[in-house]
Amino acid sequence: MLTFSPVSVSFFIMALFTIGGGLGVVTTRNLVHAALFLVLSLFGIAGLYVLLEAPYLAVIQVLVYVGAISILITITVMVTRRLMGIEETYNRQWPIAAIISGLLGAGLIALVVAQFGALTPVADVPVDNIEQLGRAFVTHQGFLLPFEVASVLLLAAMIGSIVISRDV
Amino acid sequence: MPEALAPILDIATFIRETLLSLFETLGASPELANGLVTFIGAFLIANFVLLILVVNIWMERKVMARLQDRIGPNRVGPWGLFQTVADLGKLLSKEIIIPSQADLIPFLLAPLLAVMSVIGIWAVIPFAETAIGTDVSIGVLYFMAVSSFGIMAILMAGWSSNNKYALLGAFRAVAMLVSYEVPIILTLMVPVLLTGSMRMNEIVMAQNIWFIFMVPLAGIIFYISQVAEVGRQPFDLLEAESEIVAGYHIEYSGFAFAIFYAAEWAHGFAICALFVTLFLGGWQGPFVDQIPTLGFIYFLGKTFLVYIIQIWMRATVPRLRIDQIMDFCWKLLIPVSLALVVLIALTEGIITTLAEQGILTAPFLANYFSTATAADMLPRTFVLLTINAFITIVTLFLLARRGRAERERFEAMRQSMAPIEAGTD
Repeated sequence: MLTFSPVSVSFFIMALFTIGGGLGVVTTRNLVHAALFLVLSLFGIAGLYVLLEAPYLAVIQVLVYVGAISILITITVMVTRRLMGIEETYNRQWPIAAIISGLLGAGLIALVVAQFGALTPVADVPVDNIEQLGRAFVTHQGFLLPFEVASVLLLAAMIGSIVISRDV
Repeated sequence: MPEALAPILDIATFIRETLLSLFETLGASPELANGLVTFIGAFLIANFVLLILVVNIWMERKVMARLQDRIGPNRVGPWGLFQTVADLGKLLSKEIIIPSQADLIPFLLAPLLAVMSVIGIWAVIPFAETAIGTDVSIGVLYFMAVSSFGIMAILMAGWSSNNKYALLGAFRAVAMLVSYEVPIILTLMVPVLLTGSMRMNEIVMAQNIWFIFMVPLAGIIFYISQVAEVGRQPFDLLEAESEIVAGYHIEYSGFAFAIFYAAEWAHGFAICALFVTLFLGGWQGPFVDQIPTLGFIYFLGKTFLVYIIQIWMRATVPRLRIDQIMDFCWKLLIPVSLALVVLIALTEGIITTLAEQGILTAPFLANYFSTATAADMLPRTFVLLTINAFITIVTLFLLARRGRAERERFEAMRQSMAPIEAGTD
C-alpha cells in the first residue's frame, strides 16, 4: 500500500506539476501563461520518467518540449493581438471539448482503478537500456522501419515549411 | 605510498565516506545518510559555482583591462580582488523595481530559472575521477536539456517585462539560441561516437589523447557555438547595447539583475568546464591515477585557461549583425559539423569492423580508448585527423570560391556605378 518514501513524495510532487500544469493550460485566458503552464506539465511528465528509471526519455522530453515551447511562445506573441486580460469567451466549442475530454479522462481512471490490487512487480529495468534502445532503432528485428518512417515524415514537414515560407 | 596520506590523495572519497559514517553513527538509516550526503554535495557544488564567480568576474575585468592597456579594478582588496564583493553589496542594497504592467510571476521566476539552468549543468561535470555530482548514463544529453531552460528564462524575462526592447532581445534569443543548439548537438555527438558512452566520466577516461587533438574541428565548432549560446561577444545580440539598450534584462534592477548577471557569467564558465571535459581531457593529467585529488587542479587549471581565451575573444572581436550570425550558423557551422559527424561515423564503423575481423590492430577496436596508452592510439588519431583536415580544406576551398565570386560581383557593381560617382552620367 502507500508508503512514505522519497520516491513516493517525488511522485506526488511530479503528479501535482503534471495535473496542475495541465489544468492551468486549459483554464487560463492568458496565452503566454498557458504555454508556461504547458512547460510545467511536461516537466512533471519528465520527472515521472525519471521515477520510472527512464532517464533518457526524461531528458528527451525536456529537450524537445521546452525548446519547442520557446518557439510556441514566440509565435503566440507574434500572431495574436491581445494576449493579456481576454475577458470574453472566443471559442464556442468548449462544452463539447469538455465532454469529450471528461469521457476520456473517466475511461482512463476506470482503467487504472480496475488494475488496483492486481499490481505485480515488474522485472528489473536493465542498466544499459540506452544501448538497447539505440540498437532497437537500427536493427530490422527492432524498430528500424517505424524509425525511418518517422524521420522521413519529419523531413517532409521540414521541406514543406521551407517551401511555404519561400512562397510568400 | 604511506597510508596516512590516503585521505589527501583522494579527498572527495574521504569526505564522502567520513560524512556517511558520521551520519550512520548518529542513527540515520543508510538510505537517509546517502540522501543527506548527496544533498550536501549538491549544496557544495551550487555554492562553488556561485563563489567562483567572484574570481571569474574579477579575472574578466582584469584580463580585459590588460588587453586594452588599462589597469582594471585595483582599489578594493589586494589587486582589486574584492571589487565584485563590493559590487554585489551595492546590488543587494538596491530596490527591485517592478514595472507597473509587468507580469509579476514570470518576471520574478525568470532570473531564478536562468541561474538554475546554469547550476544544473555542474551536476554532471566531473571535477576529479571521484568527484562528480551524479554520473548519469546520459550526462551529455542532460546538459543540453538543462540549458534549454536558459532560453525559457530569457523568453520569460523578455515577455513579462512589458518592454519592447526586452521583447526584441528575447526574440533574438529564441532565433539565435535555438539555431546554435543544432551545431552543439551535432558536435557533441563526436566525443560520444568515439567513446561509445554519454557518461561524462567515461568520456574523460577515454581521452588518453585529448579529443581536441583527434577531432579539432568538432572541438572548435563546439566552442564557438557554445560562446554563441552564452550570448557573449561577438555573439552578444541578446543585449546589444547600441541597438536594444540592454535586451531582455533591461527592466531588472537590484538583486534580480544580479542573479541574471551571475547566471550569464556562470554559464560562460560552465561552458569552459564542459569544453575541458569533452575535448581537453577533463581531470586527466600526469599522476592522476595515483593521486585523484590532482584532478581538481588539472580540471580547474584547464578551465581557467579556456576562460581566458573566451575573455580574449570578448575583448578583441566586434559584434556581428543578426543576419551574419544566422548565416554563420546555418550556412557554415551546421553543414560542416554534419559532414564531420557522418564521415567520422562511417570511418569509425569501417575501422572497428575491420579490427574485429583482425585485419587492423587492436587499438582500432571500438571502446578501446580507456584501456589504451597514448602511443597505442596514435594511428587512430592520425586517421581522425586526416578526416578533419579533409573537411577543413574543402570548407576553406568553398569559402574562398564564394568570397571570390562575391568580390567579382562587387567589382562589377562598382564599375557600373563609376560614371555616376564621377558625375559624368
